[in-house]
Amino acid sequence: MQSRKINISLEIWRQENPEAPGSFQRYSLAGLSADMSFLEMLDVLNERLTLEGQEPVAFDHDCREGICGMCGAVVNGQPHGPEPGTTLCQLHLRHFKDGDHLVIEPFRARAFRIEKDLVVDRSSLDQIIQAGGYVSVNTGGAPDANTIAIPQQTAEQAMDAAACIGCGACVAACPNASAMLFVSARVSQLALLPQGQPERRLRALNMVGSMDELGFGNCSNERECEAACPKGISIRHIARLNREFLKAALF
Amino acid sequence: MTLDARIPDGPLAEKWDRHRFAGRLINPANKRKYSIIVVGSGLAGASAAATLAELGYRVRVFTMHDSPRRAHSIAAQGGINAAKNYQNDGDSIFRLFYDTIKGGDFRAREANVYRLAQLSNNIIDQCVAQGVPFAREYGGSLANRSFGGAQVSRTFYARGQTGQQLLLGAYGALMRQVQLGKVSIHSRQEMMDLAVEDGRAKGIVTRDMRTGAIASHAAHAVVLATGGYGNVYYLSTNAMASNVTAVWRAYKRGAFFANPCFVQIHPTCIPVHGDYQSKLTLMSESLRNDGRVWVPKKSGDKRPAGEIPEAERDYYLENRYPAFGNLVPRDVASRNAKEVCDRGRGVGETGLAVYLDFADAVRRDGMETIYRKYGNLFQMYEKITARNPLKQPMMIYPAVHYTMGGLWVDYDLMSTVPGLFVLGEANFSDHGANRLGASALMQGLADGYFILPNTIGTYLSCCAPGEPDGSASLFADTEKEVEAHLARLLAVQGKRTVDDIHRELGRLLWDHCGMARNSAGLQQAQARIPQIREEFWHNVLIPGSGRQLNQSLERAGRLADFLEFAELLVMDALHRQESCGCHLREESQTEEHEARRDDERYAYVAAWQYRGTTERPMLHQEPLTFENVTPSQRSYK
Repeated sequence: MQSRKINISLEIWRQENPEAPGSFQRYSLAGLSADMSFLEMLDVLNERLTLEGQEPVAFDHDCREGICGMCGAVVNGQPHGPEPGTTLCQLHLRHFKDGDHLVIEPFRARAFRIEKDLVVDRSSLDQIIQAGGYVSVNTGGAPDANTIAIPQQTAEQAMDAAACIGCGACVAACPNASAMLFVSARVSQLALLPQGQPERRLRALNMVGSMDELGFGNCSNERECEAACPKGISIRHIARLNREFLKAALF
Repeated sequence: MTLDARIPDGPLAEKWDRHRFAGRLINPANKRKYSIIVVGSGLAGASAAATLAELGYRVRVFTMHDSPRRAHSIAAQGGINAAKNYQNDGDSIFRLFYDTIKGGDFRAREANVYRLAQLSNNIIDQCVAQGVPFAREYGGSLANRSFGGAQVSRTFYARGQTGQQLLLGAYGALMRQVQLGKVSIHSRQEMMDLAVEDGRAKGIVTRDMRTGAIASHAAHAVVLATGGYGNVYYLSTNAMASNVTAVWRAYKRGAFFANPCFVQIHPTCIPVHGDYQSKLTLMSESLRNDGRVWVPKKSGDKRPAGEIPEAERDYYLENRYPAFGNLVPRDVASRNAKEVCDRGRGVGETGLAVYLDFADAVRRDGMETIYRKYGNLFQMYEKITARNPLKQPMMIYPAVHYTMGGLWVDYDLMSTVPGLFVLGEANFSDHGANRLGASALMQGLADGYFILPNTIGTYLSCCAPGEPDGSASLFADTEKEVEAHLARLLAVQGKRTVDDIHRELGRLLWDHCGMARNSAGLQQAQARIPQIREEFWHNVLIPGSGRQLNQSLERAGRLADFLEFAELLVMDALHRQESCGCHLREESQTEEHEARRDDERYAYVAAWQYRGTTERPMLHQEPLTFENVTPSQRSYK
């Protein structure tokens, strides 16, 4: 069974370095196997550009299994492309038609600097976690793991939130470039679990404060983040974050 | 030089306690006067860096990713073993120890493996305290599953994302130390070389992957937690950037490389679909609990699976291994899959795949039950292949997955270069010739949270506190060598891309140094590798310059090291004339064509010492003695 072949035309953001101005460049690729992944298509393009003596397109990627959170670009206006619940590395060409035109650009936000082409600096997300996205417990001396029972449903809800891969698609999708979904996922996970209780109040205040300081916008209920999230993180977590923040600020 | 693993005396169960008591401590007020570099931020690196900082040391973490959370530990699906015996099913520290050392085919140290089993319980406690959302029972206690053929349920898990959750736990601990000012993170920095003076590790030289700037970093100790070298085969389940460079540079600076030929090949991966294929995706081996593996009896049978009648199917694992059937260990399943495909009975477009069929399981248990068990895996498979495993059998094929070999370390996790410590997959220590499922996470975290923080003091107590003492000329010279190496790469300006040459190396190793090996094939590979290396240095094409973000240059640097390392890999494989753990040496088989281990000649760790480009590396043997278990031959008939 031979796979279907398609032709694709591309318009890709090229930018030499953080300071340089960028622009879109056009490329066309013919006879691509529909079983190919989106990033393999970029590999094919880069092999060609290299052999033609041009610089290949820089893009971030690593595990190519949809879990490391390293990859990501905006494809025709959608972070990670058109397939719901899918990272860019798990997107395959079979979801496109022969002759499709794809505009590919980096995740854009004030808090994400463009390093080169599609590569962005998302260390601001690490900085938000530094502000309190953990339980302050040193190694050693932890009580037996079964000491505190946690209802299965609670553990499952915490896991729903913990599935966030930190890719930044929610920020890129938000018209305000807000990191609310990202922040809420971590706050929610730890607010649900007994281990997160002692720092619950400070965590919500500090992480939101850090997000604001770093230049992320605020949430205005556009719900674009939820639609773009490759891991299906629900905006219910944002509702929980709002409650946590409000309670912490008032009491 | 003789290898001394510095295994403590005394009964097995007391060794670690005795060793901690015998080790030297650093005064709490002095710890801040010692600086430690950690390279890599996966489970081993992140847990070590966080814990060392908690103790008071000054820690710098270097990662090639944009964030420490990206390391490939994150992709581990199945779970993490621990000897908690929460299920009351007969598990114990000794049983986990025994299973691990037997699974490793008796090629690991008793003392190390026992310590790992002891610490496994502390890991689970620690992770729960961090807020890792492990799966739970209705009553709220932790859930376990049995994994990888173990006869007890000792595997803790967080859906199919255990590695992710454990890594995020360690990453959280690390971020907390960053906030406290105890750790600095140096992201998008690639370690290019190790600075060694007077035989001791003094620091590292890095390249800033954004600007190309080369810089030196001095420290009292260097910790490598840089993962495995599976990508030497080009296609593997490893992340794209996983590489051998850091450990290879350390090897060339005097650290011995142990058992490089011990490579694990996982049986259930999604098959290769074309030349453009960039990596392979693992499907959890739990699928073999209900799936039946088969190929057509006739070679070259191209009919769709549904049209091949029962009588013309060969359920080769069930036929050959009636006792274990489809649940034979990873190496046996992998080897048999390759064998039937080599005989022309493989299926799919490329003929390099076998069926994993759920039709009988669905008939027996119903569609719903099977879907509940494997739904997420079926979805993942369908996302990649566009085929529904409930309608047509899944196609699978083996792929390189994990490397048990790595830098040789003693009981303190210190390499043969004093001051250089090696953790996680990057060292060789605990898995022998074959790693059991759900043991990689356990080892990475044991090394980082509990072992290194307790052993590093003994080395540091010999160094003066204060500024690290590597000389300026040492760093200047090492930087110069790195610059020259990069300039040489950029100057080639040939006609082939990095990936093109890497694919060629990968195919060669897969064909001749994979699951089944023989001396003729290995010799062929040994002759061919220098030619590919020559081709690389004369014909590779790297666009752009070294003073910018240049992903082609990054890959070329890694391939240059893979091309040197491959020769050592094959040399080690050639010298070990026994079938062992993950690999079958064709000259060493039983009459039934099963693996025959040779304890008389090969019950040792093979540690290789670098002796320059012109001389052959020297083999050092660390004998393995078994006082608490009796080595047995595995049998799955």
